[in-house]
Amino acid sequence: MSDNPIEKITTKIWRETPEPDNPFAAANCHCCGYDVYGDLLQNASYIDYLYLLFKQQQPTPEQSALLQGLAIALANPGPRDHSVRAAMSAGVGGSTHASAMIAAIAVGAGNLGGAREVFHALEYWQHCGASLEAWEQIIKDPPQLGREDVWLPMEHAPGFDPNGVSCPTPVKQTLAHLADVGKGSHLQWLDTHRTALEEFAGYPLAFSGVAAAALHDLEFLPEQAEMLFLLLRLPGAAIHSLEQERLGWRKYPFFANGFKLNP
Amino acid sequence: MPVHSKLETFEDNWRTSMGGWSPEGKVVLRGKDVFKDLGNNSWMEYLLFASTGKESPKIARLMEGMWVICTSFPDPRIWNNRVSALAGTTRSTGVLAAAASVAVTEATIYGLKPIKGATDFLYRADKRLAEGETLEQIIKAELKQYRSVYGYGRPLVTGDERVEPMMDFARSIGCGEGKYIKLAFAIAEYLSNSRFKYQINIAAVCAGLLADEGLKPMEFYHMATLAFTAGAMPCFIDALDHQEGSFFPLRTSRLNFTGGETVKHWRV
Repeated sequence: MSDNPIEKITTKIWRETPEPDNPFAAANCHCCGYDVYGDLLQNASYIDYLYLLFKQQQPTPEQSALLQGLAIALANPGPRDHSVRAAMSAGVGGSTHASAMIAAIAVGAGNLGGAREVFHALEYWQHCGASLEAWEQIIKDPPQLGREDVWLPMEHAPGFDPNGVSCPTPVKQTLAHLADVGKGSHLQWLDTHRTALEEFAGYPLAFSGVAAAALHDLEFLPEQAEMLFLLLRLPGAAIHSLEQERLGWRKYPFFANGFKLNP
Repeated sequence: MPVHSKLETFEDNWRTSMGGWSPEGKVVLRGKDVFKDLGNNSWMEYLLFASTGKESPKIARLMEGMWVICTSFPDPRIWNNRVSALAGTTRSTGVLAAAASVAVTEATIYGLKPIKGATDFLYRADKRLAEGETLEQIIKAELKQYRSVYGYGRPLVTGDERVEPMMDFARSIGCGEGKYIKLAFAIAEYLSNSRFKYQINIAAVCAGLLADEGLKPMEFYHMATLAFTAGAMPCFIDALDHQEGSFFPLRTSRLNFTGGETVKHWRV
């Protein structure tokens, strides 16, 4: 044995005890103090476990209802969404199923309708809270990036759709539902002041903006919100990719006549 | 109701000068016929032209030297390579391994962020020097604002063994004497004598060499995207060649649990 100290993974989230016959297999797994296979498996809903994983505590009924609603609203952005199209592009070509998920994550990670937009929108919530004046100020004079980053600067106010015309019905329905079940002050404030904010932004509210408000009410940090948003939108990418894999590339748009190479 | 989405203009209408394929069998890249004009290029020359529009065997050769000397150590402990080794040990595919490793390479303490950030810093520092600031003022301002200077300092060790061989290679092809690489080493001189003791790392060296060839931060970033794959792939293959699951297995006692010991019960 080496005299060097054994390197370990430090975690506040997960504790294991080994099986008597195998130190590489866990007999008990505790997540944030709860016995995962002896308690949570029987008693917790998936959504509540998801909340526990991120927040390290059991949600209140309102928090649970809010996350449940958000998860349903985001689970399938539909086959026109960029991230789902990425997954379907993997599907029609017969790519690996993992690549479809990777494609959906990569495309759904961005500043336009993606997880990075939610990250920035959370930063806006942290900065502005429920101050209409602060929102007006930050939307009209957005923070500038200091030094170059791999992420590009936002090209529109985060949480709003630069290609939108008016706030789509599903976005309004989701906002109203989440504000109702979650009892969160920021969602309710957003519901009340949506049109004023849309006037500041020049664009209608988007799903990313509703998600950001919901996750701010759930006291998620921007980086936690970014991760969860990536996660919650994957089911739609998966099933649409599988559907297009079965149908094949001949039944999927190739934009044969839409591509125009400049002379 | 009238249709007035600005997306309507773009429906089935992607206009581009970048290039494309036609069913007649012609392939164009940035206005050039791939088969007739670019078919004899090296892959690195082709990538350089595709990513930047520059046609320069010298820059391509310099970049190729960087890829060999600086970016693809086949060590599975390095975090991006470790992802490929883990993919190998779990018997995933090589492409998934490489894709994940490339994605992970967009890191803060190594890889793409320092590459882009160091190039950006050299350009900003040069501009501020021209405006009359001293190097000390520029570096102190950078440290005060960001608590680090991309291209200087390194995890695990202080020095960077790649600097000398990379500079040797650069000089061998007529590079290494421009103002940006000199600036990179002038910053290193200041920082190594400061209380921070940061030494130059390879990101600043490559940034300086490529800035002297006219590459902007975004161009270097695009060119460096795939640079680390030759380190990841052998790690994947090596793990495939070992028993499945054998890459640095962890027993349960390797978790250092720092949370509370109280066992809680879920409220139903």
